[in-house]
Formats: sequence, C-alpha cells, structure tokens
Amino acid sequence: MSTTTAETAAKSGLPERDRLLRLLQEYGIYAALLLLILVATGMDGSFLSAGNARVQLFQVSPALLVALGMALVIGTEGIDLSVGAVIALSAAVVPLYLGWGLGLALPIALLLGAVSGLVAGAMVAFARVQPIVATLSLMIGVRGLAELINGDSAKPVTDAALLDLGGNAFLGVPLMAWLTALAAVAVGLVVRRTTFGRQLVAVGDNPRASRLAGLPVRRVQVTVYVISGVLAALAGVLIVGHGAEADPANQGLDMELTAITAVVVGGTPLSGGRIRVLGTVAGALFMQLLTAVLTQHNVPVSYTQITEAAIICFAVYASRERGTR
Amino acid sequence: MSSTAARPRAAVPVTANRLEAVAGLIQRQGAPTVLVLVCVVASATSSTFPTWSNISSILANNCFVWLLALGMTFVITTGGIDLSVGSLYALGGVLAARGAQTGTWLALLLPIAVCAAWGTLQGLLVARAGMAPFIVTLAGLLGARGLLQALTDEGSTTYLVPAHSDFLRLASGIWTPVLIVAVLFALGALLLTRTRFGATVTAIGGNENAAGLMGLPVRRTKVQVYLLSGTLAGIAGAMGGSRLGSGVTTIGVGYELTAIAAVVIGGTLLTGGSGSVGGTVCGVLLLAVINNLIDQYASQYGSAFTDTVNGAFLAVVVLLQTLLSRARRLG
Repeated sequence: MSTTTAETAAKSGLPERDRLLRLLQEYGIYAALLLLILVATGMDGSFLSAGNARVQLFQVSPALLVALGMALVIGTEGIDLSVGAVIALSAAVVPLYLGWGLGLALPIALLLGAVSGLVAGAMVAFARVQPIVATLSLMIGVRGLAELINGDSAKPVTDAALLDLGGNAFLGVPLMAWLTALAAVAVGLVVRRTTFGRQLVAVGDNPRASRLAGLPVRRVQVTVYVISGVLAALAGVLIVGHGAEADPANQGLDMELTAITAVVVGGTPLSGGRIRVLGTVAGALFMQLLTAVLTQHNVPVSYTQITEAAIICFAVYASRERGTR
Repeated sequence: MSSTAARPRAAVPVTANRLEAVAGLIQRQGAPTVLVLVCVVASATSSTFPTWSNISSILANNCFVWLLALGMTFVITTGGIDLSVGSLYALGGVLAARGAQTGTWLALLLPIAVCAAWGTLQGLLVARAGMAPFIVTLAGLLGARGLLQALTDEGSTTYLVPAHSDFLRLASGIWTPVLIVAVLFALGALLLTRTRFGATVTAIGGNENAAGLMGLPVRRTKVQVYLLSGTLAGIAGAMGGSRLGSGVTTIGVGYELTAIAAVVIGGTLLTGGSGSVGGTVCGVLLLAVINNLIDQYASQYGSAFTDTVNGAFLAVVVLLQTLLSRARRLG
C-alpha cells in the first residue's frame, strides 16, 4: 500500500522466486527457529520447561561464542578452521595454571588464543595465504601442540571458581549464557556502531577497493582472526569448566563445522561483506535445538547428520550471491 | 629462459625474467627436491628407513590417500575444494564389503557408482547453483558419514568380505595396489596436460569468467571435476575394502586434509590455475616419508608430535608457495 517508489522498483526488478528467496534469507532462520520450538513443544510438553532450556543454553553457549568470532572472520571473506584446536589448547593450558587460580589461568588461555589468531591473521593479511589453508595448518599444528602439552590422558578439574563459571546459574540462566549474550551484544554493537565494524564489512565486500580507499585492510584482517581466537579460547575454558575435565584430544572436535554452520544458517554469506549477528545467534540455537530434538526422539545419529548436511546446503542455496543472469 | 617451462601454460606471457624463472622452477620442482633431500638425510641417519620392507609399506599404505589427492588435484586446479573425499572413501569401503556379499563385480562397481553419483551431485550444486565448494563438500562430508552410519546401523554392523571372494585379490600385497595407483596417476597426468579437458580445468582456475567468455564449457567441466574426485574416492574405497577385508566405518577421517596438504605441497596453487599431477605424487610421498620418520621416533614423542610437525611443515610450505607464486607474478 504505502510502499516507496524505491521498493516498488526493486520489487518489479526481481523475479518472484528471487523475492521469495530474499525474504527467506532475511527472516527464514527466525521462522525456522520458531517453528522448531513449536513442533518440539507440541511433541513433548516438557521441551519448553526451565530445566530443558537451561540444559540447551549450557550446550549452545560455547558453540555460539565461537560462532560469533567466526561470523566476523566470514564477514571479511575469510574462514577460521583453527577454532576447535584453540579450544583444545585452552583445555591443555588451563590445568597447568589453575594452581595459581582462575585469575591467572583464564588470561593465559585467552592470550594463547590471541596468539594463534595473530598467526592466522598474519598469514592471511601479510603473506596472502588463503584463509582455508592458513587456518587448516593451524588446526593440525595447534591441536598437536595441545596434546603435546597435555600428554595422553584427560585431566579432572577441581578448581571451584572454574567449576562455578562452567556450571552455575544466575537468575536461573547459566553464567556462561550471560557471558555469551554479553559477547553477542558486544559483537553486534561493534559491527553496527563502530568504524572498525564498517571497515570490516567493506573489506569483506571488496578488499581491493577498500585498500585503494585507504582502509587499514591488513589490520582489520588480523584483528578478526585475533578476536576469533580469543572467543574460541574462552569457549574452551567454559567447556573445561562445564565438563569438569580437560581433554585436549577430544574437546572442540568438529567445533569449526558447528560454528560455520551456525553462521551460514543464520544468513551470513560466505562471500563476505555482510554480517548477521542476531542471525548467527538464531542459527546456533536452531542447530542445537534440532540436534536435541532429534536425539530426544531417538533418531539415529546418522540421520541427524544427513539432516544437518541438507540444512547447510539449503541455507547456502538461499543466501548465495545472485548475480545477473 | 622461461620458455623451458615444464608444460604449456595458458595465458602466461613469455617474459624472460630470471627471478620469475627461478621462482617458477622452485615452485614446480620444490617438492621433488625436498623429497630427495629428506630421503637422503633419512637414509643416512636411520638404519630402518632405507630397508625394502619399510619403503614398500610406505607405498602400499598410502595408496588410498594418493587417489584422493589425484582427484583433489583436478578440483583445486579449477579453484574449488573437495572436503568430502575422506567420507566417500570410508563409504566406498563399506559399500564394497556390502557388495562383496553378492559378487566381486558388485563389490567393485557399487562403491564407484555411488561415490561418482555423490561427486556429480556436489558438482551440480557448485557449478549450476553457484554455491561455495567449501560448504557444498562440507555438507557432503557430513552427509556421506551419515549415510555410512545408516548403512551399518550406526556402526554396529560390520560387513565382511567373504573369505573365498576374488575381490580380496584387488588390493592384496604391495604390487597390485601400487600398480593400480601408478596407472591411474599416469592417466591423470595425461588428462591434465594433454587433453582439452585438462586445458579447460586449468583455464577455469586461471580466470573463470575469461574461460566462459572464450566459449569453454565451464559448468560442465566443473561438474566433471567433482565427478572425477568422487569416482577416485570410490576406487580408493573399493581398494580399502578389499585390503581390510571388511567395511570399517571409522577410517578416512581427516584424509581430505592430508590430500589437500599433499596437493598444496606438490605445487598446485590453491587459488587454481596451476596444477601438477607429478607434484601431487611428490607431495603424498613427502608427507608419507616425514610421517614414517616421525613414527620411528614415536616411541619417544607420540602422535601429537607428528601433528605438530605436520601442521608447522604445511604452514611453511604454503607460505613459500605463496611467496614464490607472487615472485612469479611480479616478474
């Protein structure tokens, strides 16, 4: 009715199918999340209970933290495969310094995550190595390093402060979920409201034009990998605290896939230039709840995997770049 | 002079620039050089390395990764990537063992057909739907693992190849599998360097738009490349199933990364447009020899040490590759 001329023009220029896809890309993930919650509640009334919600929040928080960092990296047209290995590195170093208290162990873990991100960022920005390969070599090397530091066996963790951080709740919501929400708001504000956020999106959209326009392209690239590394390291500490053990050989495995999936399903295009923070939150929640529902109803793991694969494909298909045909 | 380049290269101006020529030479011949060096040093320092049993085990144990790397060479040369090959290899092994219940031919053809179809589907999604290869094949990795788990009732059922089956002869011993791989690699090398298809593959990686404008069948070739990669993963799976005598569900995890690493170390540029089958041979061998050497000291350090060294090694090689290819572009 009261559509502006610009909108009308845009609409008339788009075929029907593309308009649908555009809508799907814009709001699809929220609709899907809502639908999933409704269906799950319909099948099992206790799905919406406080207890179940808390369990799901514990599960999703570390993955979402990692996904937020991944969203920034993907926004610059990069990808970070090293996040799972950084989680393992956290798990390896935290027990070493817990004797001095969490106050020392946590900063050291975060610092190492930053160093790993710095290496990845330097390889991408200065040596112009493809992000996939740069972070792939870190993924192999850093996990090896973590296992090297840790030795063969998983270590039980008994530090009260860390167990509280990983297991306690405030106002009925897990501490780690508060922390993750804080991180999500911070990342959202950075993307929306800061110069750095604008630069980041510009770099992802067109690195060459950004460089010519005088943006600090390399600094932006290094910074996103550092942020991704720090968030992954924090996720690692939370995972150790929640599980009450440090197991670098197994913790954080496949986390890079989980995070990339959350970002992609949330509508952030892999080609960079656009970041959807709220979409990433919804994407992470959607994948977590989907897995939970399928597991709860005794669907075999294999079908869960196939379902996830199909959803990833569909999400990417819906959010791909539509060039002129 | 750079006109002595190993093979005709599309769209590279012939500039007689010494820096460029040297950088190009190292980039193309780096892997064999390092391989020879490592082998010489290893033979000099280790008494167990140069033995026949050790060398033959290196060859026979890496057959499967070799085939995956061969397919990966073509995919990466077009500027794509195929993360699904490790899963397809495992799926192929299970399908082969399942097919062997019925007959030898089914054991051979079932994995190849299914993996080829899987590859084709991925190729269509990449080429026709314009989706990112990384994500499509990532979904392929998950999906193929899922299918494999579904086929084996979540890994609880193990299909055994019947003890009297001729299928067991496919990859037994050392010479049969090595010979199969050698023949496939020779064919692959010819395909990449001597055929219209190979030239198109290289052209797509060099500049996809330009290749399209020149009237090359870009989409069709891209589909064919993923089809080829899937087929080779299926052959590797069939050989794996034959060698192990059963469908093992847990194998192949991370093989795609080894294959990618081998291809990159062999001098194929990840940005596409420059691939070398011979380089991939050296890449796989180099990784295998280094792993073998590290394993000899494994009693002291353990597998974590292997991973650390491998990761560092890959990082160094990729950095060198990037710097060298840039030197060539500047030249």
